[in-house]
Amino acid sequence: MMKVVGLSGTIVGSKTKTAVDYTLKTIAEKYPGTETKLIDLAEYQVQFSDGRNYLDYEGDTGMITRAIMDADVLIIGTPIFQASIPGTLKNIFDLLPQYALKDKVVSIVATAGSSRHFLVPEQQLKPILTYLKAQLVQNYVFIEEQDFYRKEIVNDDVKFRIERLAEDTMMLAETYANIREAAYNEL
Amino acid sequence: MNQYRIDPSKGLEFGIYTLGDHVPDPKTGKSTSPQERIQQIIEYAKLAEQAGLDFFSVGESHQNYFATQAHTVVLAAIAQATSKIKIGSTATIISTSDPVRVYEDFSTIDLISNGRAEIVAGRASRVGLFDLLGYNVHDYEELFEEKFDLLRLINEQEVVNWSGEFRAPLRNAKVIPRPLNGSLPIWRAVGGSPASAVKAGFAGVPMVMAHLGGPASVFKRTVDVYREAARKAGHNPDELPVATAGFFYAAETSQQALQEFYPYVNESMMKSNGQGFHRQLFMQGSDPHHIINAGSPQQIIEKILYQHELFGHQRYIAQIDLGGMPFDQVKRNIELIGTEILPAIKKYTKKSEGGK
Repeated sequence: MMKVVGLSGTIVGSKTKTAVDYTLKTIAEKYPGTETKLIDLAEYQVQFSDGRNYLDYEGDTGMITRAIMDADVLIIGTPIFQASIPGTLKNIFDLLPQYALKDKVVSIVATAGSSRHFLVPEQQLKPILTYLKAQLVQNYVFIEEQDFYRKEIVNDDVKFRIERLAEDTMMLAETYANIREAAYNEL
Repeated sequence: MNQYRIDPSKGLEFGIYTLGDHVPDPKTGKSTSPQERIQQIIEYAKLAEQAGLDFFSVGESHQNYFATQAHTVVLAAIAQATSKIKIGSTATIISTSDPVRVYEDFSTIDLISNGRAEIVAGRASRVGLFDLLGYNVHDYEELFEEKFDLLRLINEQEVVNWSGEFRAPLRNAKVIPRPLNGSLPIWRAVGGSPASAVKAGFAGVPMVMAHLGGPASVFKRTVDVYREAARKAGHNPDELPVATAGFFYAAETSQQALQEFYPYVNESMMKSNGQGFHRQLFMQGSDPHHIINAGSPQQIIEKILYQHELFGHQRYIAQIDLGGMPFDQVKRNIELIGTEILPAIKKYTKKSEGGK
């Protein structure tokens, strides 16, 4: 069974969590065989990375690193802080080992107060995910303040885009899994 | 080399090491009890000796899925059960132990074994033992360097005067018993990174270089910077042995070797570090220039000789019993080493045949 983890990478506000949660629900609905789990960083006490093995972190930190490492698919939700991702999200990446995202499919859902931030996930987040060897879904869903009303997505266009992201993500995850099975079935 | 009990004219030394993996067999789910596993390891050392191997060593790991936390005790049992093979640790985590106690233990093992004990000191790849044994992981680097220096000082002087940050000072402290021939070979365990090799070279300490995977040529750099650092610090690199340590598995064909070995390597890595061994990388292991010594006996002979030509090392130690591998499979490997691989390695690396 595919394990899908949605990570809301901030402890501020509600939009990113709303968007990630909506994406997970879309996946759960369209792909009944998947197991989805939401990690909202606002709900946890996470320590800063000190370079130890990810299994050696305890408490919330250890729970989160393990959940990410066990996942087949990651949906990363990020707001834009100071023209980049929040430090809370960068810290999650710092807690993980090299090659942490190898053979995982990773998608991005970004929320922002302004369309001028559109390229921030492209230029700030994707290089990190690539370094961690993620299989990226190239398109991301970029959602603005005006698309939310009281913790709900109210723009149908955003909902359609999330549906397409969910489909691209799962199709890629299943395809890559099949390719790996076919390529390395000798072992 | 004499000081380290190595005679290069006899050719490349060949040894076995175990980290004391204690993992259910991923193929069958079957598990051994800690008692059975420890007995297996003692038996393993006896078989290695019967096969004519030069060295057998046991590692210290305090986390789940390992059985040799008290590795010095296991080594003492091996000392008693064997009579010729050199024995040691790979590695003793000196950072979280008292060097005085470590030295007492290994001197005693040296006396029990009639002068066969060696220490390889390491820093641990996982850090759970810092909490378990009452040390602060933030002192990771300094704990190792200070305690390793003290261990070497005790090896050089029977009466020690010393003070440092992490242990009560020693004033005219007599550390006994002394080893049979006055001192023990003490090595520094080095992972893939050259930085640690530089420290070993600078201190003029023999190096055990561990490697998981990749082309052998990558590790040549580590050996080169080690010898270069030793030379710069005024040591003679020709007097400093280098040992290499890594995965080993022999079967009739390379495909069979990879197939039989992979599940155990993967399981061992998964249980010890939380990331398995990627299948794509592992399948490259059959390449003659790949550092993993998996293949047919003939292929392995060629690989080890290639590595020897590259590194000019004095000892190779093989890790076979990973990830819950059934002991019969381990035994078959020892047999193949003893009957086919070892005689060829010795023949081609003896000094008269052009070995270093």
